[in-house]
Amino acid sequence: MLRAATDEVIWCRLFWGVDRHNSDRYFSMSLLEHSACELLQLLEEGKTSSVELAQAYLDAIEARDSQIGSFLRVDAEAAIRRAEQIDRRRGKGEQLGKLAGLPVAVKDVLCDRETKTTCASRMLESFRPPYDSTVVAKLKAADAVLIGRTNMDEFAMGGSTENSAFQVTRNPWDLERTPGGSSGGAAACVAGGMAPLSIGTDTGGSIRQPAGLCGVVGMKPTYGRVSRFGLIAFASSLDQVGPLARSTQDAALLLETIAGHDPQDATSLDVAVPKYSATIKQPLKNLRIGIVREHFAEGLDAEVETAVRDAIKVYESLGATVKEISLPHSKYAVATYYVIAPSEASSNLARYDSVHYGYRTDRAAMLKELEEERKELETAGDQAGLNSLDSPLVRMYRQSRAEGFGPEVKRRIMLGAYTLSAGYYDAYYLKALKVRRLIRQDFDAAFEEVDLIASPVTAQPAFKLGAMADDPLSMYLVDLYTVSANLAGLPGISLPCGFSSGGLPIGLQLQAPPLGEETLLRGAYMFEQATDWCRRRPSLER
Amino acid sequence: MDSPYTTVIGLEVHVQLATNSKLFCGCSTQFGAEPNTQTCPVCIGLPGSLPVMNRLAYELSLKTAVALNCEIPEFTKWDRKQYFYPDLPKGYQISQFDLPMSSGGFLEIHDTKDQFEPKRIRITRAHLEEDAGKSVHDEVAGKADSEIDLNRTGTPLLEIVSEPDMRSSAEARAFLDELKLLLLYIGVSDCNMQEGSLRVDANVNLHLETDEGKIATPIVEIKNMNSFRAVERALDYEAARQYRVWQETGQKIGESPKQTRGWDDAEGITLGQRSKEESSDYRYFPDPDLAPVTASPERVHEVKAGLCELPASLRSRLLSEHGLSLYDADVLVNQGRAVVDYFLEVAKQSGDSKSACNWVTQEILRILKDREISIGDFSVSATHLADLLLAVKEEKLPKSRAKDALELMDAKNIEVAEAIEQLGIEQVDESALMTLCQELLDANPKIVADVQAGKQQAVGALIGQAKKKNPNVDPGQVRKICLELAQKD
Ligand SMILES: [Zn+2]
Repeated sequence: MLRAATDEVIWCRLFWGVDRHNSDRYFSMSLLEHSACELLQLLEEGKTSSVELAQAYLDAIEARDSQIGSFLRVDAEAAIRRAEQIDRRRGKGEQLGKLAGLPVAVKDVLCDRETKTTCASRMLESFRPPYDSTVVAKLKAADAVLIGRTNMDEFAMGGSTENSAFQVTRNPWDLERTPGGSSGGAAACVAGGMAPLSIGTDTGGSIRQPAGLCGVVGMKPTYGRVSRFGLIAFASSLDQVGPLARSTQDAALLLETIAGHDPQDATSLDVAVPKYSATIKQPLKNLRIGIVREHFAEGLDAEVETAVRDAIKVYESLGATVKEISLPHSKYAVATYYVIAPSEASSNLARYDSVHYGYRTDRAAMLKELEEERKELETAGDQAGLNSLDSPLVRMYRQSRAEGFGPEVKRRIMLGAYTLSAGYYDAYYLKALKVRRLIRQDFDAAFEEVDLIASPVTAQPAFKLGAMADDPLSMYLVDLYTVSANLAGLPGISLPCGFSSGGLPIGLQLQAPPLGEETLLRGAYMFEQATDWCRRRPSLER
Repeated sequence: MDSPYTTVIGLEVHVQLATNSKLFCGCSTQFGAEPNTQTCPVCIGLPGSLPVMNRLAYELSLKTAVALNCEIPEFTKWDRKQYFYPDLPKGYQISQFDLPMSSGGFLEIHDTKDQFEPKRIRITRAHLEEDAGKSVHDEVAGKADSEIDLNRTGTPLLEIVSEPDMRSSAEARAFLDELKLLLLYIGVSDCNMQEGSLRVDANVNLHLETDEGKIATPIVEIKNMNSFRAVERALDYEAARQYRVWQETGQKIGESPKQTRGWDDAEGITLGQRSKEESSDYRYFPDPDLAPVTASPERVHEVKAGLCELPASLRSRLLSEHGLSLYDADVLVNQGRAVVDYFLEVAKQSGDSKSACNWVTQEILRILKDREISIGDFSVSATHLADLLLAVKEEKLPKSRAKDALELMDAKNIEVAEAIEQLGIEQVDESALMTLCQELLDANPKIVADVQAGKQQAVGALIGQAKKKNPNVDPGQVRKICLELAQKD
């Protein structure tokens, strides 16, 4: 297995499994190697075109994604058309957007009027929204080339992308393993060189965890920093849209493109967005890094612990001071999360009732079945059974939802309906809200003493596909290090900080106080500059 | 009238607030549009859409709550009320559960017909919520298809809940009348029941004195009442029905679940509805898409200070400052502020509240009603009507010709002096009148004889003749003089 392929030629050979010495093709391949920021420069200097760039990535998807499965849909023609328009406008000397000509992949959870938005669910398999989400609108306004829609856990519920109703996504570093989730497609396509930039969403770690497992940079902004308008909700008080990229600089560029106040989202923050890409190279002076006692406890993989501790040493070598802090309520974070998130989800997903849009069960078959049940009960003289027999409407709801949702989604709807029901509300939902406040207070206190908190992203590197299929509880614990940021509304970033002996990426998570994205990015950039983990690419060779 | 029971009534009134757009999106709230043409991703609950509060709806509800003497908390939030129904596209209604925008108010009611003493009806709470859509069930030919119109979905409603403080259908009616009047005065709703801008549900049960002591019958919620008259009828029917059921079954409150019954206006009865909501758990929880709303005490004070004079205060001012009867004051106030203002102006300029009241409540209101116009469209201004009243008072215009003058003023858009002139009205000299009367008596000896025989009404025939000879004569005077002269003979 390849470790550090810095030589472009070697990289191409290993990555594609063939030698590419044809110069055009070679150049097109090397386009895949550049960071988004470098590509923008090449575009501006006329060294490449949007069409050439789009084609290079479409070729990469064509060649690679049958193995990885990161994209649910790619509309090559539309992407090329769009790239041509941008090239034409560039040719005329028109003012272009911030991402002009750059391919961007979008998680299939953000509405785009030009394509379906499925949330990787049967329920929305044919749903085509009549409007653009704010994030998609901003990407379009920035002249990005939206190349495709990435796979995810159904309705963003899961940590392995295995809950997608449509396909499995594989980790580019090891095809037997998960890319993480729920933004598994978003992380895998960046790691696999199929998109320079990608948009994910993070409700309990769904950007940072797959970024960590795929060895890319992924960032969850402060709650309210990026508009949720047009983001199909999983848990409204936790969901946040964020960037995935190969470098912190690229992530900064994408974040500043999508962030900002949106009057269509009442929870969006009315605060000016700093120009992250302009300040990212400024090192943080007198940086104080916090490490959390509770994070280095039982269950943490030794290699992960070593990599994270080494990363902290890197910061020390850069002049940072390291302080041990305590987040006493963090041990309740997963439990709290799995009350709040399903509660909100049970409500948010109530709209999928098959009445107005989305999947609907076969009506004739349903009515026939219902009639048969009625006859059976009549024959048996079961009056109680007859009385409780569904009306056709109720049966339509039941059956459509039973067929349209996958098991994990149903599990969470049931959990949420339970925790919100009369008699249980106080003991579960209300208590969870109280703990949530305590978790936030822990962070507020901690950030009095430190600027950033460093931790693992996950306790282990990428696990084998199917490893947790029958163990939802273990799957929930995958979010251990990431859920707190969602509960507290804080920004967090995941960046590569090493590899396991098996060659799997290990991620470092940094968290900052609310609206501390600038600090977070500058801090992450310092580490990135001091190490070369970010520059490593996976290989297909086994 | 001794009733064997006391009827106990509480009302829930849903008022559509007079906003141009819906509660959480920019769609129009105009009534009567083609089905599903006033919708957008937000109000039809498309995936990814988010609600943003219409500030005006909150301001209107704040105004209403303040006018209803409610307490306004500094902090109110939005909750999701969850249930499945095809005309509820999100699967939940955005409403307010445990922290409503107002609570603990009251509304004073009175009865001009003296069926009950004036009393104070307590308001439990008033909260904002979004309306659901409309299901149209088409069950022709056994197809049982339903159609859904989402135009109404998301329309802002203020739900006003009263305490069970009313003891008769008349009190309930008075509460509704007074509430509607208040809402119209402060301009927060058009209160159009036909268009669903005002909807009433009633909770009713009976309190009885029995050998076992005081007992109450199970509470029934009545829905589907499309007019205030229907509310009165439904309550009367339901009270009688509950008494009958109690006599038959002896069932007390708590012995059966709360029942919902629908009012059938044509049959004049209430019918039990499928109790689908009886055991329902709405799983209320705070809507994470919306921020809580705050109202500072200063803001509440501002709203209070900015309120117009409310009907109750206006009514008592008409009583104390203008000496009107409660009945007349009610008639005026019920017509709305513009008519009251018209009256006040006429009274002020004519210096005669009593006449002003008579003229406005009788003549003017009749004309408005006949012509189906509002006071603003009436051509005779308050000043001109006051001039007319003064002309009568100063005897420049005989009372008997005043209506003619008003008609002319209205038709030709002229002032009273010109109307008097155009009508050829002149003061009739006393001696000329005497002469005229004597001539008539002379010409009608039979009438003179009748009068002398005690049949005073016989002079009536002379009044018509006198008017024919001189239209300016005052019929009263003619009668008086003729009687005097006839008896002298
Ligand atoms: Zn709308």
